[in-house]
Amino acid sequence: MVEETETSPDGGPHRLAIEGALTISRLGGIRRDIDAAPDPLTLDVSGVDRIDTVGAWLLHRTVRDRGATIVGQSPEINDLIGQVADADPGAPVQREKPPRPLAFLAELGEWTIEFGRTFVGLLGFFGSVILGFASLIRHPKRFRFNAVVQRFDLVGVRALGIIGLMSFLIGIVVGQQGAVQLQQFGAEVYTINLIGRLTLRELGTLMTAIMVAGRSGSAFAAQIGTMKITEEIDAMRTIGVSPVEALVIPRLLAAVVMMPLLAFFSMVLTLAGGGLFCWLVLEIPPLTYISRLQEVIPITDLWVGLIKAPIFGFIIALAGCFQGMQVKGNSEEVGLRTTTAVVQSIFMVIVLDAVFAVFFSQVGWN
Amino acid sequence: MACDEIITVRGLSNAFGEQYVHKDLDLTVCRGEILGVVGGSGTGKSVLMRSIIGLQQPVSGEIEVLGEPMVDRDEAEAKNIRRRWGILFQNGALFSTLTVAENVQVPIREYFPYIKGELLDEIAAYKIAMSGLPANAGPKYPSELSGGMRKRAALARALALDPELLFLDEPTAGLDPIGAAAFDELIVKLKQKLDLTVFLITHDLDTLHAICDRVAVLADQKVIAVGTIEELLAMDHPWIQEYFNGPRGRAASGHKTGASVG
Repeated sequence: MVEETETSPDGGPHRLAIEGALTISRLGGIRRDIDAAPDPLTLDVSGVDRIDTVGAWLLHRTVRDRGATIVGQSPEINDLIGQVADADPGAPVQREKPPRPLAFLAELGEWTIEFGRTFVGLLGFFGSVILGFASLIRHPKRFRFNAVVQRFDLVGVRALGIIGLMSFLIGIVVGQQGAVQLQQFGAEVYTINLIGRLTLRELGTLMTAIMVAGRSGSAFAAQIGTMKITEEIDAMRTIGVSPVEALVIPRLLAAVVMMPLLAFFSMVLTLAGGGLFCWLVLEIPPLTYISRLQEVIPITDLWVGLIKAPIFGFIIALAGCFQGMQVKGNSEEVGLRTTTAVVQSIFMVIVLDAVFAVFFSQVGWN
Repeated sequence: MACDEIITVRGLSNAFGEQYVHKDLDLTVCRGEILGVVGGSGTGKSVLMRSIIGLQQPVSGEIEVLGEPMVDRDEAEAKNIRRRWGILFQNGALFSTLTVAENVQVPIREYFPYIKGELLDEIAAYKIAMSGLPANAGPKYPSELSGGMRKRAALARALALDPELLFLDEPTAGLDPIGAAAFDELIVKLKQKLDLTVFLITHDLDTLHAICDRVAVLADQKVIAVGTIEELLAMDHPWIQEYFNGPRGRAASGHKTGASVG
């Protein structure tokens, strides 16, 4: 690119000669020179041997915005400038946004509406699940036994490894933290009470619920969301298969049935982890540990833990499937909805856990 | 007319595992033409396009695009060649998290990061207008567009860098006949305006009749014939006869004659 700038001696228009290629790859330098040149401006393009639409656009906008004159153009350049001028004004590129203070209000309003919609939608979804169950009870042949068993495997059996390991480690951690505090009073034997009661009443079920929400609740949302995008769900409906029966109920059943089993498994391994710690560090032999557990833990503690489990499972599966069904539009939505499903289900599980804690202590199971 | 070769494929073989899609395939595309590529389902039309643009590693063979060999090309060098072509994928392949305007700006930002702000927006705006999209399409997301508009948006992105060469994979598939005809018209118009060479995969007989200068027929793992539709009709290969003289083929050619008379 060669550019010469010369000012006519008589103080007439400023003349800028552009030579060589006037294409997108040369745009930066040429644009800088044009911007630097004072008005009135004459662009001499007789030396341009190659031009693309971006170059033509640059000439066009210089003429449009600054009233510049173009001289020495070939018919080809003229033609191209004509083409891009036809496409001007083009499409607006940005969305119109309301001014700032209003934008905040608008966002707040949208958020409120969205919150209300989600709540109503969740209620509606809950209703359609109940209806689905009811119709399955009337037509038990429609029950998808294979799908349910497959979900049992995915939600339950395949989660054993990670939930077992997590529970075992938590048992050790609880034992260690408890022992450090209780040793100060010479009461380290009460570590067993701590491990046993905490595990059965709260930790086993709560940690399992969080794990299932992260593992399976998110998977439900992502699977159903993807099927929504690829129109598989619509296809199901048109064939006459109810998505609630085919997709939602097997997942709900799997979560409801597997949660108490997984929670029990988690409790056993947490107790085992705590027992190992007591044996190695506090030198309480395993047999003593077990008999002491039997003495200090009332059986109601186990019921407290296990009663909550299927309800947590139901909430996790409901939130996952509901968010999956809400997906529309693009693939980003699947990610958003999956995150929402996990956050919502863990939040609801913890809120409900607090409610249960109050409830059980009120009924005297403490 | 002498052929100024813009794409040259020699002895190309492609295979997935044991199964050969192409064996010893030759094809030449001349500068300034619209070459239609036809063939039955599974004859490797899309695979041929993918190997030309470097998305598919061929088993053997040579591919030259814009005078540059493409096989086993260093990534940095390939990037400079890629800048000179635009591709319209079968389903548009618009980035779903970006608006139409942002989609058009992606290639510009990638190759010419110093173009920004108002000028970048203006460039995207006139490309969108040139692709025949309505004025309010720029800030919309692909999921908010109809199928035909999505194709046009994808075309605007393919044209973002003023390519010399345009690859179109079934551009009119899934469009209604009016939309398809309008799209054909748009391609011819843009080709004339912008001096494009077009490599066009299609099943649409109307498109072939309406806009293609030459047609290449893929069958038996090779390009079995290249020529104008009249030349192809003169051959007595059973697939070609079936294709152009089948009920749909005759309807399309009749339609064309009718149109040219009227």
